[in-house]
Amino acid sequence: MITASIELRQVEVVFPVYNAASLSLKNRLLSAVTGGKIDRQHDGAIIVKGLQDINIMINPGERVGLLGHNGAGKTTLLRVLSGIYQPTQGTAQINGECVSLINIGLGIDPEATGRENILLRGVMMGMRPSAIKAMSEEIIDFTGLGDFIDLPFRTYSTGMQLRLAFAVSTAVRPQILVMDEWLSTGDEEFKERADRRMTDVVSAAEILILASHSRELLLNNCNRLIWLEHGKIRMDGKPEEVLKQYFGH
Amino acid sequence: MNDFSLVNTSQARADILSALKNYYLFITLGWQDVATRYRRSRVGAFWLTINMLVMISVLGVVFGTLFRAPVAEFLPSLTIGIIVWGLISGLINEGCGSFITAQETILQVRMPLATHILRVVWRNMIITAHNLLILPIVFLIFMKPVNYLALLSLLGLTLLIINMVWMMLILAVICTRFRDFTQIAQNAMQVLFYATPIIWHAEMLPGRYAQDLLNINPFYHLLNIVREPLLGSMPTTVNWVVSIVMAIIGWVFALAFFNRFRKRVPYWL
Repeated sequence: MITASIELRQVEVVFPVYNAASLSLKNRLLSAVTGGKIDRQHDGAIIVKGLQDINIMINPGERVGLLGHNGAGKTTLLRVLSGIYQPTQGTAQINGECVSLINIGLGIDPEATGRENILLRGVMMGMRPSAIKAMSEEIIDFTGLGDFIDLPFRTYSTGMQLRLAFAVSTAVRPQILVMDEWLSTGDEEFKERADRRMTDVVSAAEILILASHSRELLLNNCNRLIWLEHGKIRMDGKPEEVLKQYFGH
Repeated sequence: MNDFSLVNTSQARADILSALKNYYLFITLGWQDVATRYRRSRVGAFWLTINMLVMISVLGVVFGTLFRAPVAEFLPSLTIGIIVWGLISGLINEGCGSFITAQETILQVRMPLATHILRVVWRNMIITAHNLLILPIVFLIFMKPVNYLALLSLLGLTLLIINMVWMMLILAVICTRFRDFTQIAQNAMQVLFYATPIIWHAEMLPGRYAQDLLNINPFYHLLNIVREPLLGSMPTTVNWVVSIVMAIIGWVFALAFFNRFRKRVPYWL
């Protein structure tokens, strides 16, 4: 197995923001016929620079925290780092299996039973069905759902739904783990177990990427912080230093 | 960024190969789509089969009478035609939205884009398998014999799917960028239903001119290579040649196209 590493070089991400008019082929054709006169007003395919001049090298063992105000480009960078957005300029090299725990409910079908959802969610996380079957008892145990596991997911209480999604999502041990804020869930008793499991997953990952607004969380989990501002890296360094600047300014 | 190239299509091929290698992904998701229908009603995907059965009966009576066609000849041919067309139009119509409906997944999980196309293919193949149950019923009612040639229709079906997938790859990309293209494609399929010999026979066409016109309809050939062997006759050489050549040219173009625009798809969602 290759060791995980991420290298972004001169990455730039440019977003086309399409409105209804520019998403329409009819309008495109019409504007071609009319010489683009109508086009100018309606088809404002605005281009937004999501990220600019991003150079990051992440090695195994690094726990990288991302911080920045809303709209600074955190989500975009998370997507580039997990290989979803391929940069419009520059190169992004991502080596290693990457799992994102941004929306742990992704892939869950409310009509399906808990057991079936373990399979569905597991496949989404990149596990093979055989591997999921082998793990499913352990997952069910962790959720504490008991016989409820064979009932449709929609019959669960919100707390139970969260437990199941959480248990499956944290069953894999990816090389690169991408998170947007910490996952925590449920009542006191479960919360404690969940935090322990979460810590296990995080420490098993070779690379952690965590976007957060919480100072405490970033200090406890990261050994490097990247501060984004207007799609550029404002600061990249030791957590204490970056946090001092970020919260001080 | 790479430009349009017919030769260098390594990224598109890597995407598709990876989707095939991780076959369990599209198979699990495709099954899931069908299973959902069963969860909401006990009849499940057979609802579509029932619809199709009704449609075949009505079309059979109306057009059988209108064309004064012998029912024993007309109905088996109509049945296969409708079932195969159900597959074709299902693949095109749902293929258009492959990426749009998988939006959340695409923006969060790194998986080959082709997986979302193959999921639609797999789902539609399962549904078609349901519809195929109509076939033996119709054949039994009219005591229509089936000979060894019928096996050839499996080859025809494979060739049909191979052709459909390249079309879906292109359409899915275009429809993600231009959302109204889905409607255009759906309208085209509706028109093509009448332009393809499903409720009528190719032999009914008067004169060579009309025959030539029919030959430019790709779905005519794709339908024939599945239907004719089941009816006990060999599809024409033209049918085979067009289907094969179309698959080759189509894939070369689709790979180049997919290679060029694949990266942009997440941005368009």
